[in-house]
Amino acid sequence: MRVIFKNSYDNDINLFEDRVHLLKYAVLLLAALVMPWVISAFYVGELTSVLIWSLAGLGLMLIAGHTGQVSLGHAAFMAIGAFSHLALMLRGWPFVPALIASGVITGLAGALIARPLGRMSGIYLAIATLALSIIIEDVAIVATPITGGIAGLFAPPIEFFGLMIDRYGTPRAFYYLCLTVLIIVTLGYANLLRSPTGRSFLAVRDSEVSARALGVNVPRAKTVSFALSCAITGLAGALYAHQAQAVNYESFLVLISITLLLQVVVGGLGSMHGAFFGAFVVVLLPQTISMARSFINTNTPFNLGAYPGMDTAVFALIILLMIIYEPRGIYGIWIRLRTWLELFPLYRKGMFRRTRTYLKTERMR
Amino acid sequence: MDILQLLISGIANGCIYGLLALGFVLIYKATEAVNFAQGDMLMLGAFLGITVINSNYMDMPFLAGLIAAAVVMGIFGYLLDRLVLRGIFGQPQFAMVILTIALGFLLRFFAGVTWGYDPISLESPFAGRILELGGLTIPMVDAVIIVATVLLTTSLYFFFARTRLGVAMQACSQNQMAAYYMGIPVKRVNAIVWALSGVVAAIAGVLFAAKGAIEPSTGLIFGIKAFAAAVIGGLGSLPGALAGGLLVGVVEPFASRYLPSGFGPIAPYALMLMVLVLRPGGLFAQIKQKKV
Repeated sequence: MRVIFKNSYDNDINLFEDRVHLLKYAVLLLAALVMPWVISAFYVGELTSVLIWSLAGLGLMLIAGHTGQVSLGHAAFMAIGAFSHLALMLRGWPFVPALIASGVITGLAGALIARPLGRMSGIYLAIATLALSIIIEDVAIVATPITGGIAGLFAPPIEFFGLMIDRYGTPRAFYYLCLTVLIIVTLGYANLLRSPTGRSFLAVRDSEVSARALGVNVPRAKTVSFALSCAITGLAGALYAHQAQAVNYESFLVLISITLLLQVVVGGLGSMHGAFFGAFVVVLLPQTISMARSFINTNTPFNLGAYPGMDTAVFALIILLMIIYEPRGIYGIWIRLRTWLELFPLYRKGMFRRTRTYLKTERMR
Repeated sequence: MDILQLLISGIANGCIYGLLALGFVLIYKATEAVNFAQGDMLMLGAFLGITVINSNYMDMPFLAGLIAAAVVMGIFGYLLDRLVLRGIFGQPQFAMVILTIALGFLLRFFAGVTWGYDPISLESPFAGRILELGGLTIPMVDAVIIVATVLLTTSLYFFFARTRLGVAMQACSQNQMAAYYMGIPVKRVNAIVWALSGVVAAIAGVLFAAKGAIEPSTGLIFGIKAFAAAVIGGLGSLPGALAGGLLVGVVEPFASRYLPSGFGPIAPYALMLMVLVLRPGGLFAQIKQKKV
């Protein structure tokens, strides 16, 4: 059992508690770097998907998990990011400026929408963002000059300092590209959370009234959070466009918005880890199910027919059980497991028991 | 005359949205939960109706089939609350949102496995029959839908305003703990509300299936539209839900007729966003600023 002795206020907000903590993440980074040389090209592609959805999840986590404003429409911002990025690249911009510009454009779009949306709360906000996601589907068809209409846009190959990066041609290079973007965003996110701006987000999440009483400019905090969240999601959208090679109005359906929210919830709302855990579940679950099915069909007398939509149903079932039994998601399970290991013989059953709560009305806010 | 005709078909559609929105509002009024699976409960109710009424299944008369579907969905709603939703009793509203979204996925999967993915429609006694009213031709189905909606809404309104149970439901939503102190069996009230909303969803579903074909994914988009309706009316107000439903129903045909193509489908959502921006709590707002 480690005891961390704090002798300065800075210790409370350091990114890494101590050397051991830093070492763990260094090992994780090393594993991420070595991984594409160990597994086959197909799984490198899957892993790249995990990275991209982690990035999108991080974006949603900022607004939903850390600012408490549930958005059911983040696929809309993935769409804005993807289309603006591709539109710029097809007009001759190099990859990096186009990627940054797509983030900025999505962030601006988010800030623009955040002001009117910021006045809504709870369920009204969720529905409004859901509507936004549906509207974007149709806008993607109507705005033909930018989005290519119904046919959509094809992603050009990425040229990076003389290096050609392509999802199929050089999957490892594309993996490292996504990993780089993800690491930069993650570090920025972690630093944001320990800055006054990030703290104000948390204050708004926990209680708008007390945040206001403490001098937090609530509308401003919401707008900044929304803009940053959308910018991150926009970057994920741009990378997704390269991963999918082509995007059109059907790439960012409202179901993607919903899945993204479920991903964040299953991972653990309110923790950065949650976005990553959730991405693993969302991306790898269909694979796991189809492998489990073929295993059952060949090795047991049972024969599971190929039901369409089986993976969504299993995913939904996991969510259902998770919400009832472990609302803090996979991150909650991980925390419990870690505490059990750290305290080994001393762990007690009721340590993470939830207190009994009563519904607070949202009609007064 | 053209406009009047569009208006009537819009109103009939709007009534279904209104009924579905009513289901949301019922649950919201009593438990402050928002049921994202309401559209899928409508879909389930419609499939049940088809199963009991259509001649190639059980071949019951229309009214008896409607009642049977409503009863089954009522029991379904009750059991749903007792067996699944009770697990997150007292948790924040958001948990229920996620739970019902997941539930919707499961219901869609179940319906797809049971009834297949092809659209089916209900064989109703008034299919194809037309009322002539002063030069207007109104399909019989539309008239039935409008009458049924008016009846259902009025009775629900009086239920909430006048009966003990209705007032108890309102108390539960305003302050769960205080309702406990006043001796209201909050959990049982919740279960009854879910049963009631299942009944409303079944009725709406059967009426909808009489008008058009139904398939497992109908519930999703339909539910979101009804949601827009409920939000326009301001969740928590029964007349508001109906008004919102009618508004959405009427805006749709007019938008697809008079706006340039491509803009029609988004008109209801644009309308909702506009309402929310101007009045963040909907037309019949119930949110009040908290005083500390």
